[in-house]
Amino acid sequence: MLLKLAWRNLWRNKRRSIITISAIVFAVVLSVLLDSVKKGLLDKMKENVVGFYHGYVQVHRNGYWDDKTIDNSFDYDSMLIASLQRREEVDEVIPRLESFVLAASESMSKGSMLVGVDPEKEDAVTTLKSKLIKGNYLQDGDHAVMVTTGLADYLRLGLNDSLVVLGQGYHGVSAAGKYPIKGLIKFGSPELNKGLIYLPIGESQHLFGADNKVTAFVLKLDNIREAQKTSEELGAMLPHDEYETMSWQQMLPELDQVIQGEEAENKIFQVVLYMLIAFGIFGTILMMTMERQFEFGVMVAIGMNKAMLSLVVVLENIFLSILGAIVGVMVSLPVVLYLYRFPVSLSGQLAEAYENFGMEPIYYFSTDAVVFYTQGLVVLSLALVLAFYPVFKIWKLNPVAAMQS
Amino acid sequence: MENDTPVIVTEQLSKIYPGPVPVHAVNDVDLKVMKGEFTALVGPSGSGKTTLLNLIGGLDYPSNGKVWIRGQEISSLSKSALIEYRLNNIGFVFQAYNLIPVLTARENIEFVMLLQKKSKQERDRRVMELLKEVDLVDQQNKRPGQLSGGQQQRVAVARALASKPAFILADEPTANLDSTTAGNLLDTMVRLNHEENMTFIFSTHDQRVIDRAHRVITLVDGSIARDQIVAVPSDHH
Ligand SMILES: Nc1ncnc2c1ncn2[C@@H]1O[C@H](COP(=O)(O)OP(=O)(O)O)[C@@H](O)[C@H]1O
Ligand SMILES: [Mg+2]
Repeated sequence: MLLKLAWRNLWRNKRRSIITISAIVFAVVLSVLLDSVKKGLLDKMKENVVGFYHGYVQVHRNGYWDDKTIDNSFDYDSMLIASLQRREEVDEVIPRLESFVLAASESMSKGSMLVGVDPEKEDAVTTLKSKLIKGNYLQDGDHAVMVTTGLADYLRLGLNDSLVVLGQGYHGVSAAGKYPIKGLIKFGSPELNKGLIYLPIGESQHLFGADNKVTAFVLKLDNIREAQKTSEELGAMLPHDEYETMSWQQMLPELDQVIQGEEAENKIFQVVLYMLIAFGIFGTILMMTMERQFEFGVMVAIGMNKAMLSLVVVLENIFLSILGAIVGVMVSLPVVLYLYRFPVSLSGQLAEAYENFGMEPIYYFSTDAVVFYTQGLVVLSLALVLAFYPVFKIWKLNPVAAMQS
Repeated sequence: MENDTPVIVTEQLSKIYPGPVPVHAVNDVDLKVMKGEFTALVGPSGSGKTTLLNLIGGLDYPSNGKVWIRGQEISSLSKSALIEYRLNNIGFVFQAYNLIPVLTARENIEFVMLLQKKSKQERDRRVMELLKEVDLVDQQNKRPGQLSGGQQQRVAVARALASKPAFILADEPTANLDSTTAGNLLDTMVRLNHEENMTFIFSTHDQRVIDRAHRVITLVDGSIARDQIVAVPSDHH
């Protein structure tokens, strides 16, 4: 009977129910969008820097990360590759020989990172090919380079122009080379896009006089969320004095901090949003409670005990809240999917400001299911907590006063 | 139950509303209502009729004095005990909007018996009996919004009876009705008073309603100014 009463009460004042449901739907959509863009941006940031360049775990010669010189390289060891690849959590292992060089055109020069790669394998792990916007992708044995657009623009070089690199090779030999630009690549991360040069690894070993040497093995993982754990396990497996194994969090502590900081900052923002939402939902519940004072008064007067009456009202609000949360998730799903497909690009000064902070001026959205159910549940619980306001009012209700209104 | 058992007894009953100028809404009322009486409470607006009925009905606590219903003193009951007490002992009819809007006429009558946890069988039997008595069998599946004001008040009377209370208390039950409809409602109440030997106490302004009462108590400034027996209560039983 209580259920029946609650159910019918829902449909009795459609306007009021619709207002309440809309408030909840709006709240869910808003918080889903906010959470989605937050997650989307952080995922993208991570992907841009970690996924497209560093990889989630790297193996170096012990001490390399603190002193990134070619002298800290190690021999390419197919046994080591094999033993890494045998691990189930490791999908792919690729070699790199990286070193800092001075890149120059006829008129300009700039410090850059020269990355010797196995072009095909590199693409398998960091999807480098997808970053190519002009020219052709590197091939093994090419005597040519691909450079990032930021660097090319700075040096005022275009496709097929010659790039000169100067640096220090293995054990102090000087390294100098001149390569035609075969392809231009563009990274989402403005920081990375400023100065990267890709060269086939064989050619770079030759350039640096470091035959058969690599500075890093970059690992592609089955599950990127387990980077830290995998890194620790691999570290334990390899001889400590020879190799160091690092997760992206260890390699890029600033990025990890930025991401964690963003998350904390967003929590504050989200709490503020939840408070606004709470006020909105509370308003409709308040309206409902006030409008029904008289009716509540009659029911208590004729002998309905307050616990039962409260239960009816709570049931009503549970119906409304669940309905609102479900509709909210259903409405936000297509919106988020659309924004995921077509991210929002910023333009003008705002875009510049973002780039100056080393961020892409694009709002990416995450379609992670977590976003939907956590936000749906948070708003649902907010609504349910607020549903206890009428219970409180009923508890204090004096039937005489209620019926005078 | 014998008709010489008092259903309601009040002793020096007072209600003072505090304020800069305290209002003595009910002032030292000594009242005795016998089983089967059909009593009208009259008096000018503000004379304390509603306040007195609320005290007798256990909706409000007196500032002084006591109320006994069928020999039980109720003003010492806790609020929650009073709710239970009202459910089982007092039938209420208010001026308007008595009914639960989302329940049909039938369900409104059944509602108090559900609260009393009566069996389905008993509920069905009693609801049908009451629908007949208030002449609303045809309207039983309509919701209050689909019923006229007079029909709504008759449902309210049936609901008040459903719990088998000690008496029915009605605060200006005809105030929102035109005189014909008011007459109908009074007919129903009088009939129930006769047939079920139900005790009624109701407040009213309406002279035609007053004329139907067996006993007329006149309140002035919260005190009983006059208490007239105009007819002998029915004693069909
Ligand atoms: N809740 C209240 N607070 C203060 N004064 C009240 C309250 N309810 C009623 N009164 C006062 O008590 C007196 C009696 O009111 P009431 O019992 O409603 O009279 P009636 O029903 O005869 O019109 C009036 O003067 C009224 O203003
Ligand atoms: Mg009154």
